[in-house]
Amino acid sequence: MHGVAGMSVQQIEGATVRPLPTTKIIARDVNVHYGEKHALKAVDVDIPDCSVTSFIGPSGCGKSTFLRCINRMNDTIASCRVTGKIEIDGRDIYDKTLDVVQLRARVGMVFQKPNPFPKSIYENVAYAPRLHGMSRSKAELDQIVEASLEKAGLWGEVKDRLGDSGTGLSGGQQQRLCIARAISVNPDVILMDEPCSALDPIATARIEQLIDSLRQHFCIVIVTHSMQQAARVSQRTAFFHLGTLVEEGPTTDIFTSPKDKRTQDYITGRFG
Amino acid sequence: MTDATNSGFSPSVRRLDIDSPEALRRVKRRYAREARFRAYGLVALGITAAFLVVLFTDILRNGIPAFWQHSLVLDVPVQADLVDPQGKKDVAAIRGADYFPLMRDALNAAIPGIEGRQAQRQLNQLLSTGAPDALRDRLVADPALVGQTVRSRLLLSDDADLYLKGIGTKISTIAARGTATPSGTSGEITVLTSSNDFQQQLVTIKNSLVLRARDLRAEADRLERTGEAKQDHRVKELRAEAVGLQARADQSRGEEVLNDSLPSTLVAINGGLVKVTKLGDSSITGDVLIPLKTQNEARPDQWRIVAYETPAANRKITDQEVAYLERLKADGKVERHFNWLFFTAGDSREPELAGIRGAIVGTALTLFVTLTLCLPIGVLAAVYLEEFAPKNWLTDLVEININNLAAVPSIVFGLLGLAMFLNFFNLPRSAPVVGGLVLALLVLPTIIIASRAALKAVPPSIKEAALGVGASHQQAVFHHVLPLAMPGIMTGTIIGMAHALGETAPLLMIGMVAFIVDVPSSFTQAATVLPVQIFLWSDLPEPAFQTKTAAAIIVLLGFLFVMNGLAIWLRRRFERRW
Repeated sequence: MHGVAGMSVQQIEGATVRPLPTTKIIARDVNVHYGEKHALKAVDVDIPDCSVTSFIGPSGCGKSTFLRCINRMNDTIASCRVTGKIEIDGRDIYDKTLDVVQLRARVGMVFQKPNPFPKSIYENVAYAPRLHGMSRSKAELDQIVEASLEKAGLWGEVKDRLGDSGTGLSGGQQQRLCIARAISVNPDVILMDEPCSALDPIATARIEQLIDSLRQHFCIVIVTHSMQQAARVSQRTAFFHLGTLVEEGPTTDIFTSPKDKRTQDYITGRFG
Repeated sequence: MTDATNSGFSPSVRRLDIDSPEALRRVKRRYAREARFRAYGLVALGITAAFLVVLFTDILRNGIPAFWQHSLVLDVPVQADLVDPQGKKDVAAIRGADYFPLMRDALNAAIPGIEGRQAQRQLNQLLSTGAPDALRDRLVADPALVGQTVRSRLLLSDDADLYLKGIGTKISTIAARGTATPSGTSGEITVLTSSNDFQQQLVTIKNSLVLRARDLRAEADRLERTGEAKQDHRVKELRAEAVGLQARADQSRGEEVLNDSLPSTLVAINGGLVKVTKLGDSSITGDVLIPLKTQNEARPDQWRIVAYETPAANRKITDQEVAYLERLKADGKVERHFNWLFFTAGDSREPELAGIRGAIVGTALTLFVTLTLCLPIGVLAAVYLEEFAPKNWLTDLVEININNLAAVPSIVFGLLGLAMFLNFFNLPRSAPVVGGLVLALLVLPTIIIASRAALKAVPPSIKEAALGVGASHQQAVFHHVLPLAMPGIMTGTIIGMAHALGETAPLLMIGMVAFIVDVPSSFTQAATVLPVQIFLWSDLPEPAFQTKTAAAIIVLLGFLFVMNGLAIWLRRRFERRW
């Protein structure tokens, strides 16, 4: 995988041996049209597993559009047309034989605004595993719910009130609940569309911590408006501008020595 | 743009001086406008509230009395030879027996001394034709009572009932000052008093004579103005009558002869009642309606003058009947009780026996058919149109037509029902199933529109969340969107059903307007519904049916309030804020 050659070595971090960061998602010549509007132009990118990749860029640059191509959420928009090829684990997700619903079970998503179901905390997390028949008993389901909430760093706060409504939590807790919901089916990829833009700095810090800890288990793609956030949480960064992918590489490289003039202008705050 | 370029570039834009007289004037004008607008609102609210208050007071004033009923409580000796001649305590025989003689005997025992066929008939007429029903039911349930004396509640006729409710005539009583001496205890008697006790009543009578003379003259004038030759005779007649009446009124002394077109005057004395035929200042002549107990002198506190202000000719109940009722009331034999019959009986030609149970059951059956059809079809249509239908000209057309259907006059749906369900499909006439089908057509657009609005109000983020964890579109809709829209859908449905509950016109078209006595027990039996029952009763001439109409309206409004209240409660209870 030529684009991520630098990541193809086994890295040692502390005492744990992390799995080999292979390429998880490959996108080639992805074009998106909203009716007449050409929203995304010929995007090629490789996204590695077990790491955080952030998409940055000014508003309307196509980063969210591309994110929503990865779990085919764009299918729900009638006027949207996607061409090109996106593979996850070598499988073309726009292949006709692939069931889009199954795909979305493998590619979880966290949205800009926390959107827990107006049901109990337990039900929020248990919904997807139950839907996909991932538990054979109540005990097993309880275990999945606990593990998911644990991983989302929410278990300690809600373990005594799992029956309470998910919408009664604070904004940051709601977003962590949404993350717990997304990881409850143990997906391959988690997409996050500006997950912290509706949160205060303290809740944001918790989510960023959480993203960092989830990195060992999942391939995470995050769209963010905050360059500081991209720098803090991501290993790789892609800069989008006017529907094109301008530059993509290790986060430290993008922020310290961008190759493209536009990237430099953006990260130094000259436009956007 | 900076300040410098702004002020230099457009000298026409002046700085706003908020203390200038012009600005102050403008502010004042704005305040006045706002105050005026508030005043308009208050006036509009006030007028609306006033109309509502008038409407409700009128309905309640007319309707509340119909929830009560008067009965006679008499000891009825149940003679075995009349009810059960074979002595077999046979239920069928007891049910089929003639109870009229029993009633008559009980009444005669209650008011002794009534003689003459006319007086006897008037006494019997006080009771409803349904009076024996309660007694008969008791005897059928417990045949052992045959042969005993049973204290029984006998329903009064509608006219007697209305009289006791005070709707029939205004009654005024004048206390006596002198000592009265009757000349006999029955037949035609005179009563003399030591004071001029009757003068006040005489003045009242003369006043009403003057009023009637004036009415006759006005009528004559009116006929003269229309100027038709053949009415000359009638005009002359009227004028002559008016002159006669005026002369009677002007005559300062002497006795006045009373008749049915003048207010009735009676004298209650010594336990009896005398109907005045000749009225003087200190003496009267009259017919005894209820025999006096004695011929003794009566002290001022022992007798009084009673006036029924509505002339006997203008009311449904004769002086004789009034006398009986007053007597029975004074003896404590009249009982006022809640009118359960109104809720347990079907329609009847006799107002005192008519009830709304048939209409309520008919309404329930009809609305059940409506609901079972409307709710699933309406909600699923809304889900399809809102969530699954492709957006093209065909679905646009469907949408426009649904909105148009909601505005179609209800009678058109009635015609459609008549043409389609009755004539084409040959469904039974007057049946709740057809009524329900027609009302379903009527309510369907309302439910679809309300359900679509409720579905639209569910934030798309919920659906996205469900899609995001791998739910299919249909799963997302049925697991998340529809349950969240349910309170809104229920509210719309209840309001639609309340609309159907009050609907009359389409049901007239499919024959649910018939006079139906039996309480319907199936969807295909002839039935009527509450609003149609109101419509039917409002058309009947008996005053008792007018009060029944108002009472049925109260019941209907009660149902509507409960349903709307339920809708509001649902909305409050399940309202979500995202």
